[in-house]
Amino acid sequence: MTLELRNVRKSYREPGGRVVPVLSISEFRVHAGEQVALIGESGGGKTTLLNIIAGITAADAGEVLVGGTDLCRLPEVVRDRFRAERIGYVFQTFHLLPAFTALENVLLGMSFSGKPVDRRRAMSLLERVGLGHRLTHRPGQMSVGEQQRVSVARALANSPLLLLADEPTANVDPANQQLVLDLLRDSCRENQVALLLVTHSPEVSRQFDRVDRLAEFNRTETSA
Amino acid sequence: MNLAAIAWKSLKQRALASSLTAFSVALGVMLMVAVLVIDSVLGSVFSQRSVGYDLIIGPKGSALQLVLSTIYHINPPIENLPYRFYREIEKDPRVSLAIPVAIGDTTEQGAFPIVGTMPRYFVEEYAPNRKFLIRGNTLRKPFDALIGSHVAAANRWNIGSTFRMVHGGADTGHVHNEEFTVVGVLKQTGTPNDKSVFVHLDGFYLVQGHDKPFGEAIIREREFFSEPALSPEALAAEVARLERKYSHAHHDHDHGHQQDHFEEVPDLQKEVTSILVNCKTPIAANLLAAEMKKGFKAMGVNPIFPMKQLMDNVLGGVKVLLLVMTGLIIAVSGIGIFVSIYNSMAARQREIAIMRALGAQRGTVLSIILAESIMLCLGGGIIGLLLGHGLVFVAAPMVELRTGLLMNPWTFQPLELVIFPVLLVLGSLVGLLPGLTAYRTDVAEALAK
Repeated sequence: MTLELRNVRKSYREPGGRVVPVLSISEFRVHAGEQVALIGESGGGKTTLLNIIAGITAADAGEVLVGGTDLCRLPEVVRDRFRAERIGYVFQTFHLLPAFTALENVLLGMSFSGKPVDRRRAMSLLERVGLGHRLTHRPGQMSVGEQQRVSVARALANSPLLLLADEPTANVDPANQQLVLDLLRDSCRENQVALLLVTHSPEVSRQFDRVDRLAEFNRTETSA
Repeated sequence: MNLAAIAWKSLKQRALASSLTAFSVALGVMLMVAVLVIDSVLGSVFSQRSVGYDLIIGPKGSALQLVLSTIYHINPPIENLPYRFYREIEKDPRVSLAIPVAIGDTTEQGAFPIVGTMPRYFVEEYAPNRKFLIRGNTLRKPFDALIGSHVAAANRWNIGSTFRMVHGGADTGHVHNEEFTVVGVLKQTGTPNDKSVFVHLDGFYLVQGHDKPFGEAIIREREFFSEPALSPEALAAEVARLERKYSHAHHDHDHGHQQDHFEEVPDLQKEVTSILVNCKTPIAANLLAAEMKKGFKAMGVNPIFPMKQLMDNVLGGVKVLLLVMTGLIIAVSGIGIFVSIYNSMAARQREIAIMRALGAQRGTVLSIILAESIMLCLGGGIIGLLLGHGLVFVAAPMVELRTGLLMNPWTFQPLELVIFPVLLVLGSLVGLLPGLTAYRTDVAEALAK
């Protein structure tokens, strides 16, 4: 099992003091190499769920097991290192560092893992996503489709167990959406990486064998 | 990519702000380095390293004035000593070298101090392990003169140039008739010798008015040695005897050219302003100086002490003041770095959140910000160090021309090494608060913005 959530709860406190429950998931699983599309309404807690799985946001309660390791029990520094080594994250807005070239952005992903930076692997990943000729270009010099491909290469840089993708095609032009999606899915398949992809696009979700609707397993009162 | 490379990238991203803040540090360090180099030059000039003598013996008075007038030629002499006293010092068993010096007059052109002394002055070391190098000849005849390198350059004098001396300083206006001829030029020493003119002591006494009348000389000498004063009759008789004796001696001479034939001035009529002394042992020098303290007429001064006092009390204070000011400039530059980085933090929240999302620990992002501020401080420091020495390099020829001070721009002071640990601490301090802001970044919130 690559990912297993047990009794995970998360709520936010509003400025007025009211506690707003966002997530209440009794069980959720993703197997090794499995590819899951997660769909749901805007504001339904999809990004919060990904952040909890990535260890970026702490759950109020429950267990978040990635490769058998409960992230909720890890000290923050260990959880950060674990995220760097075992979890890849592709963001909706790419989140590339503008001062860094495509190659440097991928190398940056390797820098925090504690393993030696493998420049050759970074170059090979960029070649794999079709950007072998764009190694020294900065994000500002690339199209949005190319930027998202760089972010895919960065997410795969440390050979993760699990790749989280938050609306990876939402900001990509239609011509590149399928390209990015194929790239993600093929790369995960080749590397036996489990993929949990959040989307609100039916065109995207219908390509997945497993499509989960967040509202179906998120039992909060306010969830849609 | 290591932290330094990531920090460097961030600095490059804000190239203008980074350059300006680093440059402000560089300016502070540049001024500090310049102050240190100038201080070291002054320190070497006003220290034992620039004086090759154990003692300066002169009339009782200010020790500082004696050193300033004898070694640095920048103060009028205190008073004169009888030549007989010099003879006694010379014969003292504790003394290995005694060189008389007569100063007070200046050149007509340029008002450079004139030093009457013996040829031996140029044989001895003017400073430890440093001897004079002369282009031309040393002093051989009474009206021979040697000039310092700065005098040669400023007055455009060379071997064969002639000059006359102004009595008791340029402002008295009385110019002696006797003409001296430059026979040699001293190679630059970086000491006050460069700005001085040396004449043969014999010639110095031959200048009209430099030999005391017999009557006055007898009274002054007896007073100096605490000998009973002569009655007016006895004094007159003694003066008459001496005049007869030396008048006779003069008539035996063949009066020719002043350079070739001159009349020996009797020791009684000679006076010196001070005596440069080396003793056989340091203890002997101390004993001799201590012995003189008991008397009332002369004193022996180790040239290092008054100058050290001057350096510590006056120049030392100025140095501290300048260093404090340059330190403040660097501190203000540090605040500039703080403002620059701190202001950039709002715009960099997302960048920091991305790094955290990629697995960077809180300590890592704190370290990156600290590395940035340390790089700015140290980078500015290195540039400032080079600029400081470059400034001295550019200014050195002008300073040499105007003051005669030799400045080696590539002389590094130990204090310069302290600048870098200080900048390291400064960089850490000014980077700490922005670093803590990065440390506390809420990753999910910053990514969502």
